[in-house]
Parts: sequence; C-alpha cells; structure tokens
Amino acid sequence: MADLSINIGKLSFRNPVLTASGTFGYGLEYADFIDLSGLGGIVVKGTTLHPREGNDYPRMAETPSGMLNAVGLQNKGADWFTNVIYPTIKDLDTNIIVNVSGSTVEDYVTCAEQMDTLAKIPAIELNISCPNVKQGGMAFGTSCKSAAEVVKAVRKVYHKTLIVKLSPNVTDITEIARTVEAEGADAVSLINTLLGMAIDAEKRKPVLSTVTGGLSGPCIKPVALRMVYQTSKAIKIPIIGMGGIRNWKDAIEFILAGATAIQIGTYNFIDPRVSIKVIEGIHAYLERHGLQSVRELVGGLMV
Amino acid sequence: MKKYLADWTVKENILLRPNYCLIKLGLDSEIPEMLPGQFVQVRIENSPSTFLRRPISIHFVDRRENEIRLLVQLLGEGTRQLAQIKPGDRLNLLYPLGNGFSLPEKNNLDFPVVESPENKPERLLIGGGVGIAPLLYLGFKLSLSGCKPVFLLGAKRKDDLLQLAEFEKYGKVYTTTEDGSYGEKGFVTQHSVLRTGKFDFIYTCGPKPMMQAVAKYARKAAIPCEVSLENTMACGIGACLCCVEKTKKGNICVCTEGPVFNSNQLTWQI
Repeated sequence: MADLSINIGKLSFRNPVLTASGTFGYGLEYADFIDLSGLGGIVVKGTTLHPREGNDYPRMAETPSGMLNAVGLQNKGADWFTNVIYPTIKDLDTNIIVNVSGSTVEDYVTCAEQMDTLAKIPAIELNISCPNVKQGGMAFGTSCKSAAEVVKAVRKVYHKTLIVKLSPNVTDITEIARTVEAEGADAVSLINTLLGMAIDAEKRKPVLSTVTGGLSGPCIKPVALRMVYQTSKAIKIPIIGMGGIRNWKDAIEFILAGATAIQIGTYNFIDPRVSIKVIEGIHAYLERHGLQSVRELVGGLMV
Repeated sequence: MKKYLADWTVKENILLRPNYCLIKLGLDSEIPEMLPGQFVQVRIENSPSTFLRRPISIHFVDRRENEIRLLVQLLGEGTRQLAQIKPGDRLNLLYPLGNGFSLPEKNNLDFPVVESPENKPERLLIGGGVGIAPLLYLGFKLSLSGCKPVFLLGAKRKDDLLQLAEFEKYGKVYTTTEDGSYGEKGFVTQHSVLRTGKFDFIYTCGPKPMMQAVAKYARKAAIPCEVSLENTMACGIGACLCCVEKTKKGNICVCTEGPVFNSNQLTWQI
C-alpha cells in the first residue's frame, strides 16, 4: 500500500487532495456524492469578517474548457460561519481549512483571530488573490509590500497552519511567494483565477456584471503548472498546486512540478466525484511506479 | 432532499422540431422522488466548447415506465449535442435539483383541497417557449391533488408550441402566438382567459419579460404567483454562488433556493 499522507506545516493530511475554496461550498453540498472523510482536506468558501452580498448577476460565463466567475466573495461573515456553519462541519473527519479574505489588513487579522479560536479548524488559507472585489482581495497579493504587510499582521495573531493563496495576475509570482515565506507563511497555494473577460458580440456588452472576472478550469492548467514549477524553485515551504485539475494525471503533473498537495476546483462542478477519483488514481500511479510514498514524487520532474 | 449522480440510459430521442428534442431517459434502479419544477444537470460529452453541465427542467416523470422526459431547446453547441444522442447511449445526470413548485398538500392551510369536483380550484399554468417544460409534470401532479390545472401556453409562432396533446391529458389548454398562427394572437398576458377565468394560483415559466408581465397581472389580481427562473449556473448544488437572484433576502442561489420563487420574494420592478 503506497502512502498518500503528506504534511503541510504542523498539519498532516491523509492524502494530498483538497477541494478548492469557492467550488465546494462548505463541503456538505457534496456529501450526497462522496464520502467527505476520504478527502485530504476541504477549503471552504471565502469568509470575510463582515457579511458580503457579492457582485450582481450575471456572475458567470462559460469559456471553452473553463469558466469565468465574478462572485465577489459573497458570504455571511465570520460570526455566521462560527455560529451556524462550524457546528455542522466541525466533526467531519478531514482537514477543514477556512479561506479568509478581507478589504483591510485589520479585517484579515480579526477574521484570522476568530478562526484561530475554532478548535476543529487547523489551518486557514489567506486569500490575497481574489480578483472580483473592488477593495482588498487581489490588491494585497499583487505587490510584495502589501502581501508582506497582511501576512506579517496575520502571522502575529494566527498560531496554526497559515497557507497563503497567491494570485497569478502578477509579473513574477516567485517574488510574492518569497515575500510571504519570509513573513512566516507555512505554505502557499496557487494559483487563484486568472483575470479575464467575456463579451457578448450581439449585445455589444460584457457578459459579467463586473466586466472582468476570474478564469478557471482546464484552460488555465499550463499557466498554473508553470507557476508552481517556478515557485518551487524559489521557496522552501510547501506548495499546494491548483488550476484546472480534472484527473489523477493532472494532479501528478502538479506534484512533479513541485506541489506537495493539490486542490481541485472548477471540475467539481462537472464531476462531483472527481476528487475521490483523483485520490484513487494517484494511489494506482504510485503502485504502478513502485513508489512507497507520494512524498517521493514531489518536485520529481526530470528536466 | 437527497441528490444523486448517475448514468441514465437514453430510451428515445425525438426531434419534435428542428430546434426542439424530447429525450426519454430510463434508470436501472427506481427513480427517487422528484418534484415538479425541479431540474437535472446534464453532463455533455463530445462538445469541445461545452465545459459545464446543462441545467434542464424535468418535463415529466413516468413512474410506470421508470423514465423521465426532458424537453430541450437546441440553442447552443451543448444542447445541439443532446439532439445527437441515440437510444442506448448513456447520459450522466445530477438530480433532482432545486425546490419545485408548491403543491396544495404542502400548503393545506392556505389552499385547502376541495373534494367536490365542481368546486375544484383552478390553477393557471402559464408557459412561454421552452418554459412550458416543467408545467407538464406540474399539471399532472396538480390533477392528482384536488386541483384543476388550466394551461396557457405562448410562443412566437405555431411551430414553437410543443406537446399540446400531452398537456390536454391533464387540463384545458389555451394558446397564444405572437404572429397569430395558432390560438389567440399576442402575448399570454393578453389572452382572454385571464379575463374570464377564476384562478386561485398562478405558476409561470418562460422568458423573464413574460414572467414579469404574469407576476404583474397576478399581483393586480391578488393571486399568489410562482415563477421559475433560469439564471445561468455552474454547479447546480449551491456551491459556486454564480446563479444568484436578487431577492428581498439578498442574493440567493437559484439552483438551491429556487428555481421556483414566489414572485413577492423577488425585487422585480413590476
């Protein structure tokens, strides 16, 4: 039996497959289709200190091999998460990671402090890369200075595993990765969505209410793989790779490029069972290649 | 309600018109409970430009045949691919999704079931274009629950009016066409039955301007009205928050808290 377990910071995962924030609700939305305890982890919907209504409809545009979204971090806030959602998911037998976002450094800090008090939330994913909000979000993740500021402030108050989710909408993602590593992040996850847009030629109007939105799905995989590869050369902390993964082969590619774990996002919409299939596929791959542990494969690309 | 993910077998795929098909799907096991107004998310294979599943409303559930029927308008590459599937092919569905229309037994206090056949309350089901799809199963279920469904179906022209004989099995059918090629000329909201009939509930599904006109009529006439929305969606199960509709409670998902809404819940300017 090949060993699928991995560690990120102080946290151990039974396998390297997590579901990505914003594509998996709070996990329970998928409970009819898969055994959630089979997952390495679930990164739940982006949570902000205060409730957010999100952007106006339309928020979605399909593209060949992908989709654009402009949800804009709709969520009912950290208190609602703590009081209403947390009790329903805290006993799931998997790592529940909260994706934390904000408009100001103070908001990130207060939200992270609140998550720090929740015993069954062993990690947060700091979202400094949401392209769909006017204030904060991606703005924090596109300059080293602001990324350093928010990660440093959150690191002071957050004592568990701190993952920072990086934006691909930058000139050099490795600079941001180095910065957040220096400020004490335990891991980075990448990539968030790529900024894109869709136009309705007949109406001569943008499809999304926000004009631009975040592109995800298999179409972004080559970009994501390249960024994971480059980042793995630049930092020592673990990388959680994501971007267009739809099967075990994609997942293995990310691991070879340097990811310790991976997240599956948009493809959950096409196949709600994809995450479990990927876990099975990784296992079969390890057996076929005579490997004892998935850890042997991390960064194992032969260039 | 428990949701399922399974492959169904295509029993028949009938091209009703050049741009509409009726797909009959069978399941190896017993079909779970499905409510009128609910929908399925169909996975589309072999269509490179189609990435997401396609939400399609449940046109009819035939328990004797253990089959469901989907009425599909062929609009883009994804739905056109559905027109190509053949008996014996498999189709992967997520189901049943959404909330469904209100039926009288669930609203005993507001809408008591009247036993005497003459006094059966009449409920008006107004459909436009392919929006008629969920109204067939709704009409069938209403006819079983002490109501008399009356159908008012509208389309651009005669060729876009579908399944009329099916609807006639469960209630009186009135029609309008915009070009006057069948039924009364004009929009559904101009049909004479709205002046002559007496209805205690209105259900509607179709283009948004039509549903807004129907909701406006219902509000003026003080008749409860449910509308079925078809906002573009990705996941269909409340995970992505793409299909939201602005309501008096804020932005809520059409896929889980809809697609059926009481028109009073919405913020339509009507």
